[in-house]
Amino acid sequence: MISELFSVTVLIGILASGIRLATPYLYAAIGETFGQRSGVLNLGVEGQMLLGAFAAFYVALTTGNLWLGVFTAMIVGAAMGLAMAYVTVNLHAEQGISGIGFFLFGLGMSDLLFQKLLGTVETVKGFPKIHIAGLSDIPGIGEIFFRQNLLVYGAYLLVPIAWFVLNKTTLGLKIRSVGENPDAADSLGVSVARIRYFTLILGGTLSGIAGASLSIALLNVFQQNMTSGLGFIAVALVYFGAWRPIGVLGGALFFSMINSLQLWIQVLGIPVPSDIAVMMPYVLTILVLVATVSRVRAPSALTKPFEREN
Amino acid sequence: MKKILNSEWVSRLIDSLLPVFATLGALLVGAVMLLFLKVNPIDAYGALWQGAFGSPNAFAETLVKATPLLLVAIGICISFRGDVINIGGEGQMIIGAIFATWVGLTFTGLPGWLVITLAMLAGFLGGAIWGGIPGFLKAYFRVNEILSTVMMNAIAVQLMNFLLRGPLIDPSQAELASKIPQTARLLEIFRLPRLAPTRLHLGALIAVVLAILVYILLWRTTLGYRIRAVGQNPHASRYAGIKVQRYIVLALLFSGAFAGLAGATQVFGVNYRMITDGSSSGFTGSAGFNGIVAALFGQLHPIWSIPASILFGALLVGANSMQRMVQVPSAFVTALNGLVVVFVVSSEIWRRRRQRRRLAAIGQDEESPPPGDTDKLPQAETVA
Amino acid sequence: MKKFVWFLTLILVFTLVSSACGALPGGQSSGKFRVAVVMPSAINDLAFSQSMYDALVRVQGDMGGTDKFELVYSENMFVVDDAAAAIRDYATQGFDLVIAHGSQYGSSLQEIAPDFPETSFAWGTTVDTFGLPNVFAYEAASQEGGYVNGVLAATLSTSNVIGVVGPIETGDAKLYVDGFKAGVTATNPDIQVNVNYIGSFSDVALASEAATTHISAGADVLTGTAQMVVGAIGKAEENDVLWFGTQSNQTSLAPSIVVASQVYHWEGILKEMIALIQGGTLGGKSFKAGLANGGEVIEFNPDYALPDEAKTLAETTIAGIKDGSITITLP
Repeated sequence: MISELFSVTVLIGILASGIRLATPYLYAAIGETFGQRSGVLNLGVEGQMLLGAFAAFYVALTTGNLWLGVFTAMIVGAAMGLAMAYVTVNLHAEQGISGIGFFLFGLGMSDLLFQKLLGTVETVKGFPKIHIAGLSDIPGIGEIFFRQNLLVYGAYLLVPIAWFVLNKTTLGLKIRSVGENPDAADSLGVSVARIRYFTLILGGTLSGIAGASLSIALLNVFQQNMTSGLGFIAVALVYFGAWRPIGVLGGALFFSMINSLQLWIQVLGIPVPSDIAVMMPYVLTILVLVATVSRVRAPSALTKPFEREN
Repeated sequence: MKKILNSEWVSRLIDSLLPVFATLGALLVGAVMLLFLKVNPIDAYGALWQGAFGSPNAFAETLVKATPLLLVAIGICISFRGDVINIGGEGQMIIGAIFATWVGLTFTGLPGWLVITLAMLAGFLGGAIWGGIPGFLKAYFRVNEILSTVMMNAIAVQLMNFLLRGPLIDPSQAELASKIPQTARLLEIFRLPRLAPTRLHLGALIAVVLAILVYILLWRTTLGYRIRAVGQNPHASRYAGIKVQRYIVLALLFSGAFAGLAGATQVFGVNYRMITDGSSSGFTGSAGFNGIVAALFGQLHPIWSIPASILFGALLVGANSMQRMVQVPSAFVTALNGLVVVFVVSSEIWRRRRQRRRLAAIGQDEESPPPGDTDKLPQAETVA
Repeated sequence: MKKFVWFLTLILVFTLVSSACGALPGGQSSGKFRVAVVMPSAINDLAFSQSMYDALVRVQGDMGGTDKFELVYSENMFVVDDAAAAIRDYATQGFDLVIAHGSQYGSSLQEIAPDFPETSFAWGTTVDTFGLPNVFAYEAASQEGGYVNGVLAATLSTSNVIGVVGPIETGDAKLYVDGFKAGVTATNPDIQVNVNYIGSFSDVALASEAATTHISAGADVLTGTAQMVVGAIGKAEENDVLWFGTQSNQTSLAPSIVVASQVYHWEGILKEMIALIQGGTLGGKSFKAGLANGGEVIEFNPDYALPDEAKTLAETTIAGIKDGSITITLP
């Protein structure tokens, strides 16, 4: 039975599944990376995702326009990000806890709106799979990489873009300096507040897209609490990836691949108790991190509110 | 002189009531939402009040709800003071409960008081292990505690499901085809005795006593001093000879231990068995997260966490009652919960500003530490 | 210290004042039959809780509407503790029947029921009434509908691989899946049934990937249980794979591939219970919803063209279970 696990079909299946599963994690975690790089911890990602997911679904269902759905999700996520920014930057609220508050609010609101506006579970015709001409026909690799959903491609394109912005642009430099040493940045004329507002709104927007990727691309349905902890895992992945987009990509892929591996283990009937199988991605993520003792430090100002010394 | 003292006293009172005012602010926003839902806010909030405080029974329910919150909050006070973020309370509660339940199911021949004590200690131990592991990983492997605690939470849930469906399952369930994941019932003598003819159990009293003890620990013992020192300034602490890594582990370990105790009291004081619906919040009632909020309400001070937990417990119990009486969707309650958290957390800034103004008026110009805090930066110590 | 004392005093004062301000409104004596139900998930979860809520609404309509029948509910009571508080609260308010619609509520009922001998309690899904005179128990023999679905699935599968997506291997889900597997094996022992318990009732994304995994492993018929299967149904539709549903009629989600759903109809049991209560018996009986008493119904999707032999096979299977000639052995 275990030998079946190494057959080509299964391996292709695991990889293709992993790429799909990683999509919402990627959007959300890249967004969170920007925020954390600028020194803010946002634990409300899950709430932003759920509201974004609902917004996208509802708009897509009522207008039939998928892109309008994505756009609405972006606006909703951005609004939540804006609220978080105000609470964090202007009110100096304890970031971990305000994040949990936003999470609960997003969870409750998305459910409430779902019950009042839709009432029952429905499906929508979401973004279709796009076969990239030529590449999608390559045996094996074609199926894994080039026959995915549009929003899936978007998530992966985001990684090099995020890397470029963070490391090769002035904006990225400002973000990083605000996260490492806000006092110094401030004295050099960088507006700490504006940068943090930017990263949090960006993070919220991306979380909204993450939600939309679930409700109108990958799953084509909305249900209360459909993310089921995804947002928190995404935040954890930022640490796993050492605050670098490429690291976050690695973390999201690793976590999702192990998840799809455990699905296959169950499907193939390999005698592992289902609870143990489900545990695997979490246990292995910790083990990998232990094994690769990282020397990378967190942004020094992470979770500390910035107050100008007078 | 008298005038300043009086006004400071009143001023400080207002400060400590700030979370209450913030909560009221959140409830106001909630009232607007209720209007959209075509529900009379007065009816709804009246139901909330009745559910939390409206009768001795209701108040007992509030206290029962507040007990795990307080225990988790006590632990959070320790960890946050050590500058460690512990969001692993859910998992630590579960593991603590498992340890305690195992004791209760195994040592059936021993006297009740002995088993209860052992079980509470077992719960403490279980939570300590589950908190200590992320602590150890952070101190010696630089694994960030947010990541490890989030993962450990998920692992704990699956472990719970595995044990409750398998080795620990109620023998009477094991015969049925449906196999509900629950353990056998604890013997009558093993249950935490009840105070008054309500559901209020000894766990509440234990929690209050522990709150006082932890206050003493944090501010009157060397251990507590060192934890706080490491939390405020790890570099200076290291320079002063404090083994920083050890205290990071201890901060998370203790914090987990109290969450584990919370789980144990839930089993021994409320449900009399360990039971779940397969999710983490089905067993814990999200006390692992809500305890963090309660600790914040209490400004990370164990004694203040007592009224804070009661207030938050009242909110949760009252909200459920409101859902019942006015038939508001439970989702509204969750959203309201979130609003309260955000509002209270945001109100901190006013407390700090007022504090600074007060101190400036008296002549100090540094921001003073939170109430009850009398520490300074660590001085050089003779290395033990 | 002073602040703490102040605070505590404030709270105590409020408590005393509000308790003095009167108790909760008591039960009306207007002859209405009053029912309260406590449920572990949402009333619109298209699964477990919704089935009970819908049934109660139907019974309410049959018994004369809101004038004669009062129905209140507490949903999303997945925390056992909160549910216990709700149950006790309803009993205190004088409801005639308090339904604890969740197997995890049992221990709470055991505590509460003896305190309210005038109230009738109903506990699902189980058979245990604790020997208490005011507790009814009800369960769904989900394995029966599961068996029928399994038989049909086995007949319709051409690849001889069938996939199952479940939440956690317990309770109602386990009964259904075990019955399903038995039905498949009884019809065609060569068919491989792959079962995947994803470990959660809410992770839609994982359920969806589980379905995809099944399909990649060759399954051309799928089934599953609990509310997160909406993800799996979507994938089935995308890949033209057949779906068998349970707990509620899932045809609307994917009209082209849903063959049949096992739907719970609790109305019969509810009406029996109510009749007993009105006649003075408050408990002590357990009910089983099954194919025989109409508690379970296999609802076929009218838009799916089921071959005639399959339809007849289904009907004979149902008949066989009803009259006892077919016995389902569970592991």
